[in-house]
Amino acid sequence: MQDEPTPEELTRAVADFLRNDVTPVLSGHTAFKLRVAINALDLVTRQLRLEQNSDAAEAGRLSQLLGQEGSLVELNRMLADRIARGEADLRTPGLSDHLWQTTMDKLAVDQPNYGSYKRELESKGS
Amino acid sequence: MQEALRRCVVSWFSGATGVTNAARLSGGASQETWSFDIVHPGGNIGAILRRAPPGYGAAPSRAAGLDAEAILMQRAYDAGVPSPCVLHVLRPQDELGTGFIMARVEGETIPRKILRDAQFAEARPKLARQIGSILAAIHGIDVEQLPDLRRMTATKEIDELERDYRGFDWPRPVFELALRWLRERDPGPSQQVTLVHGDFRHGNLIVGPDGVRAVLDWELAHTGDPMEDLGWVCVNSWRFGEIDKPVGGFGTREQLFAGYEEAGRRVDPDRVKFWEVMGTLRWGVMCCGMMQRFRIGPEHSIERAMIGRRSSETEIDLLRLLAPRGK
Repeated sequence: MQDEPTPEELTRAVADFLRNDVTPVLSGHTAFKLRVAINALDLVTRQLRLEQNSDAAEAGRLSQLLGQEGSLVELNRMLADRIARGEADLRTPGLSDHLWQTTMDKLAVDQPNYGSYKRELESKGS
Repeated sequence: MQEALRRCVVSWFSGATGVTNAARLSGGASQETWSFDIVHPGGNIGAILRRAPPGYGAAPSRAAGLDAEAILMQRAYDAGVPSPCVLHVLRPQDELGTGFIMARVEGETIPRKILRDAQFAEARPKLARQIGSILAAIHGIDVEQLPDLRRMTATKEIDELERDYRGFDWPRPVFELALRWLRERDPGPSQQVTLVHGDFRHGNLIVGPDGVRAVLDWELAHTGDPMEDLGWVCVNSWRFGEIDKPVGGFGTREQLFAGYEEAGRRVDPDRVKFWEVMGTLRWGVMCCGMMQRFRIGPEHSIERAMIGRRSSETEIDLLRLLAPRGK
């Protein structure tokens, strides 16, 4: 077992330092790149916080949909193959809900400010 | 660089005495954009150089090539499309590589400024209709007058996207769903085959308080279904948060279509929708490509890495198009 602080606490602290203390002293292209770097650290922080639960839920849904066990990437490959071969589509029970939930969980990490994501959150409260 | 530009410019620009303010704007190693001013007794003239430096001749397979871009920009200018005037096509004796020099058009290309700044408030409600008429003018250019371009069809485009996606070897069930959807609804070859700009969207349009001032970047131009350009400009990725205004975040499809039809051309809304789905997937595949270049390329750019993480944005947009949830 690794000691504290957690990776999430560390990335958050580094991002806050860059945002609050370094941003004001930079300008031009370097300032732009710093903003991108801070965005990357914020993304990592969100992933560290959310990934474990969303991965577990996704694997559970995939096992149910496919009737198979496997790693998350193996299960996703199986689902991708079935859709490509026309063996699964939007009429397959649970498929649409699964893709929606999985995609919402990705956006929560990647771009929680994306317009479509915010709209779907409002309209579904999911 | 400024010295090479000076030698080049004074050789063909009558009265020019030199160049000043040369500055590199953007682009990767294989293609550069430079801004500079031509010094002239009658007043300085703003100019842009687009070039592949010496030794970077070969364009990627999808690109039309800089020589073709120069011709297309000139044809567009002649057809009344807001377009920078092409001043000079580089020759071997210029020793600047391949490319061309055009007049610099002042204005804004940054989407968030165009969508939010007060100086564009009057232009915004008119942009979608204006873009419709500009696209109609582009699609009206005589195909016989064009340089040699790729001939694209929906089927070929689906094939290319599928090949690129499979090449990444990373499963994406939503992309699979979109590929099936596109294959099942492939409308077949278009009856009309026209010049297609291929990347008509924010970033490639210079906008002023008076509206669109110039259409840039003909790199992805080809011939094919004109509805492709109308679909691409409606892709949600170019709305920058204004998701209820499908045309670039500033206008409606009705305004776009009206501008297009007023110019004497017909819109096929079903094909436009088809190309919007294709375009959404295309941008998603391009984001994955950025991630690939980040991983294997020498530049190790955080920007590219982060664009890779934008492909999920196209997944939610594809689901909204193909599997909308009941409201």
